Amino acid sequence: MIRAAAWASLLLLVAAPLVIIVAMGFGTTAPGVPPVVPPLGAAGWQGSLEAWGLLFADTYYLDAMLRSLRLAGITATLCLVLGFGMALGIASARSPGLWLALVLLPFWAGFVLRLAAWVGLLRDGGWINATLMQLGLISEPWQMLYTEGAMLLGMVHAYLPLAVLPLTATLAKRDIRLEEAAADLGAGRWVVCFTVTLPLAAPAAAAAFLLVFIPAAGEVVIPEVLGAPDSVLIGRAIWGEFFQTRDWPAAAALSTALLALLLLPIALYQRLSVAR
Amino acid sequence: MTLLAIQGVTKRFGAALALDALSLTIGEGEFFALLGGSGSGKSTLLRIIAGFEQPDAGQVILQGRDITRLTPPERPVTMMFQSYALFPHMNVADNIAYGLRRAGTPDIATRVGDLIELLRLQGLEARRPNQLSGGQQQRVALARALARRPPLVLLDEPLAALDSGLRERTGLELRALQRRLGTSFVMVTHDQAEALSLADRVAVLHRGRIAQVAPPRELYERPATREVAQFLGAANILEPGGLHLRAESEAFAYALRPERIRLASQLPEVNGMEAQVTEIAFRGGDALLLARGGGQVLRVVVPGGTFLPDHGARVFLEWDAAALVPLSA
Repeated sequence: MIRAAAWASLLLLVAAPLVIIVAMGFGTTAPGVPPVVPPLGAAGWQGSLEAWGLLFADTYYLDAMLRSLRLAGITATLCLVLGFGMALGIASARSPGLWLALVLLPFWAGFVLRLAAWVGLLRDGGWINATLMQLGLISEPWQMLYTEGAMLLGMVHAYLPLAVLPLTATLAKRDIRLEEAAADLGAGRWVVCFTVTLPLAAPAAAAAFLLVFIPAAGEVVIPEVLGAPDSVLIGRAIWGEFFQTRDWPAAAALSTALLALLLLPIALYQRLSVAR
Repeated sequence: MTLLAIQGVTKRFGAALALDALSLTIGEGEFFALLGGSGSGKSTLLRIIAGFEQPDAGQVILQGRDITRLTPPERPVTMMFQSYALFPHMNVADNIAYGLRRAGTPDIATRVGDLIELLRLQGLEARRPNQLSGGQQQRVALARALARRPPLVLLDEPLAALDSGLRERTGLELRALQRRLGTSFVMVTHDQAEALSLADRVAVLHRGRIAQVAPPRELYERPATREVAQFLGAANILEPGGLHLRAESEAFAYALRPERIRLASQLPEVNGMEAQVTEIAFRGGDALLLARGGGQVLRVVVPGGTFLPDHGARVFLEWDAAALVPLSA
């Protein structure tokens, strides 16, 4: 019963949309609702590879893809480094539940609200600039909003809990005696961390990295609200094809390409965890 | 020569007093056992010597130097952990070399090779701990603890994780190795047979205090207190109350070892009683009887080759005055 429900939900919510999106990539645009002709109709094959050709027509989409992967990589790395320290602190704390709740607290506030708060803090007339100018540290507003820095700040803030949670779960279960044994054999705190704690948490670190990297690669809203307007990311490009140029096959082809690209690190991770 | 001196060490965990102003000295080259039940404070004492716990009062002096406030990596003492705590992501050679690498010892490979040979681990250098048997893991843990040639090695229940068949042999090997190296060993155990068979001296801990420190033979034959007598393997405790006891010296209670009680043909005037056999277990070389009499159950061990009473039979028991060991408390 539960198995059947699981299969049904997987079929309806994962497999079916995936098939539709992949198929749409081979369709053609047409006026109407939806603005697309499916690749297979009553008359048989009527699709085209036009949308896929668009991907490689110039470097616009490839650049967007690379920029997105780079942003996701930096975000995931920052989340991993910050998250590891936080998770270690939480796992060793007396009441880890309380600290974990504090980490998750931003999740309780609405996503848009959090972004609006960053805008209010970072914009030219915002709190930070106003305070710095009041103190006489700067004479003109310091451009923070609509920069790569602001975008990364927003990304890390949004995705950090995704890294902290799996790391905390693993570090809370770790065998403290291994670290005691290392200390007993002459290792200082940092050496213990780098020779024992970190290597043993490596699988969880890889999971944390992927949990951040994968959604971050397709992120649209945060770069749009906080980032520089000139550098188009893949999420923004897909959004544009869907809602602005209404070229659904192109949007679908881009989505499929991004998905395929993101399957690579997942496959790698699974191979590594099987090898263990 | 005193190697380690524990002076008035007290440790509390919240309201619980784990160690109560405990003092102890351990000699150079000595194999010392801390024997006690759970909650006796033996493990806490070991962790204080290793530096994992700080005492609330008192000092730990090693080779004349106060090491009470030193962190574990600063102390020359090493520990072999219960169930070993081997690094699962390192092979045998790297586990053994870990301490040497931290110390920057020259020619680590030779040192590791010597330890591999000493502990008969040849051919296992590249294995991970989870690919080793329990006995092999135990030897890797010992090699790792010995690698830096510490003056003192702490062993936390070193044989507890082994199969019973392996325990006796490994214990004898441990003892032989300790003699050969001349390193002082302090072993924590809850197993009195292990403590008595391996150690030069045994300290029996009870509720954070030392009940008695003595060589095994003396401890066994002359237990000082009721706790020691009971802990050292089921000695009977007799109180003069209803019994006619005549001992070599006066005391409130006496310990009487099961094997010092004999079956008698008639009720002796002193140092004996009538009892009913409630349980009998033939063990090959001898037989253990549980005999109810005088308001308590006595454990009696009789040689296996002699007459054995039936279950439920009434018997007369007797013992010599010299077998009654006076207890102080």
